[in-house]
Amino acid sequence: MADDRPDKEQSSRPRKGVIDVLKAIDRRIIFLLITLGVVLPLIFHLVFSVRTSPIVQAIFDKMESLPPGSKVLVSFDYAPSTVPENQPMAEAICRHALAKDFKVYMMAVWATGPPQVDALVTNVIERDFPGKVYGKDWINLGYKAGNQGLINAILLDLKGMYTTDVHGDPIDGFEMMRDVQNLADMSLIVCIGSGFPGVREWVQFAGDPGRIPVAGGVTAVEAPLLYPYYPRQLLGLMGGLQGAAEYESALVLKYPQYKEHAEQAVRLMGPQTVAHLVIIAFVIIGNIAYFGERSRQKRAKKA
Amino acid sequence: MAHTFELWIGALLTLMIFSFLYKDNPFYKFAEHLFVGVSAAYWMVIGIWSTLMPNLVGRIAPNALQGVINMPEDAQPQYHFIVPAIFGLLMLTRLVERISWLSRWAMAFVIGFAAGTNFTRYLQSDFVGQIYNSMLPLVVVSSGHVAIGATFSAIVLIVGVISALIYFFFSKEHTGAFGATSRLGIWFLMVAFGAAFGYTVMARISLLTGRMQYLGEWLATIF
Repeated sequence: MADDRPDKEQSSRPRKGVIDVLKAIDRRIIFLLITLGVVLPLIFHLVFSVRTSPIVQAIFDKMESLPPGSKVLVSFDYAPSTVPENQPMAEAICRHALAKDFKVYMMAVWATGPPQVDALVTNVIERDFPGKVYGKDWINLGYKAGNQGLINAILLDLKGMYTTDVHGDPIDGFEMMRDVQNLADMSLIVCIGSGFPGVREWVQFAGDPGRIPVAGGVTAVEAPLLYPYYPRQLLGLMGGLQGAAEYESALVLKYPQYKEHAEQAVRLMGPQTVAHLVIIAFVIIGNIAYFGERSRQKRAKKA
Repeated sequence: MAHTFELWIGALLTLMIFSFLYKDNPFYKFAEHLFVGVSAAYWMVIGIWSTLMPNLVGRIAPNALQGVINMPEDAQPQYHFIVPAIFGLLMLTRLVERISWLSRWAMAFVIGFAAGTNFTRYLQSDFVGQIYNSMLPLVVVSSGHVAIGATFSAIVLIVGVISALIYFFFSKEHTGAFGATSRLGIWFLMVAFGAAFGYTVMARISLLTGRMQYLGEWLATIF
């Protein structure tokens, strides 16, 4: 009697079909496959070509159209948590601006911005533009508290808010600050941001009231919220790693001498693509399981 | 040496956080609590040295902070900053129940300032500006020819805006042509949500890639 119990249980238990297996996939298997999807392309240096979309090309074209000596303000409004997305954008923009001999004004409305400026100085200025002079070709104004209130204030009086640079040296002592009074003196504002305050606030408090061209580079999460401002309020937008990679592609196409260091985001698009394919595969599997289960329930009802 | 030490700390904390993907465990809890504590301390220090000192103490008594924070050497005391200092102190009255009502004065000032500053900007950029952005020519002509792609985009945008607005219009029953347009609005909203989800995935994978690169850098120091 006791011997035949397992057989009885087996026969009474419904056989597991494909649908049941798909429905019961352990989430850790998904995590593992996504990790492999990211790590393997990194190890094997899988790189895909990236084509620049019009919304990113618009920023590049604007930069190209400005004459040497133009003033470009770059605001570093992000934290270390979004560096993989934001830093390539900031570096591509600054590399382009310095290659075009623009005056680059760096600042931050996020307290976590200045360390990212330091990283950019090491990765871009010291490496590719050692001849550029601080205070003449580029300046770091540092972080000031005030969020959108700060943008509102410097729209009318930049020197009133920034009496010193990030190192505490008087602002009037720098050659490139002598003919700057407020944001209206800037030819272009580029905000690299990942939240509030960010690109939206630069549009609201500087671009629209001051009629100053504003471009943005944001994390992918934020990008869909900012597309409605393009093209009339925002001249272009780099959305996430893809946006950064597109700008880098346009930059390297025009300035191939920077290819070695200027393709950070392009290199990261390999893992991005493979991981997306893994996720798409699981979305399809999830849908197969869902519709399979639904048709099974319908069949069961009919029976 | 210092960089290697930082790398080890960062890598071990990353692995502790990632361990949650397997299941909750004490290592994850430790890293999570450490993050919360360090963040709180970091923002407190930033608040004191980036806001309170330069914007308040440095304005009222600049000589007291010379050599301590970045200040112009010729900075003069601006005594009218005592007014925001008093408002700031009023905020602290919330800690004493009997006089906590005084903090409302400071809150009223903050809310009034924020509402007044933001109102006009939002009205200009997000209300009028967005209406203006939606007013596009339905047929886009470029170099004497109809630009098919731009025309299609303009039509999709206009139809999308109108149908999505109709979906949120609840003063009329969603039946007949009105209901059909409303259902079309749902489709546009679903496409927008799908695009937003796709972007979110891209953002998360980017962060994961960044962490993996960091771990790779760490492993390179070991092997």
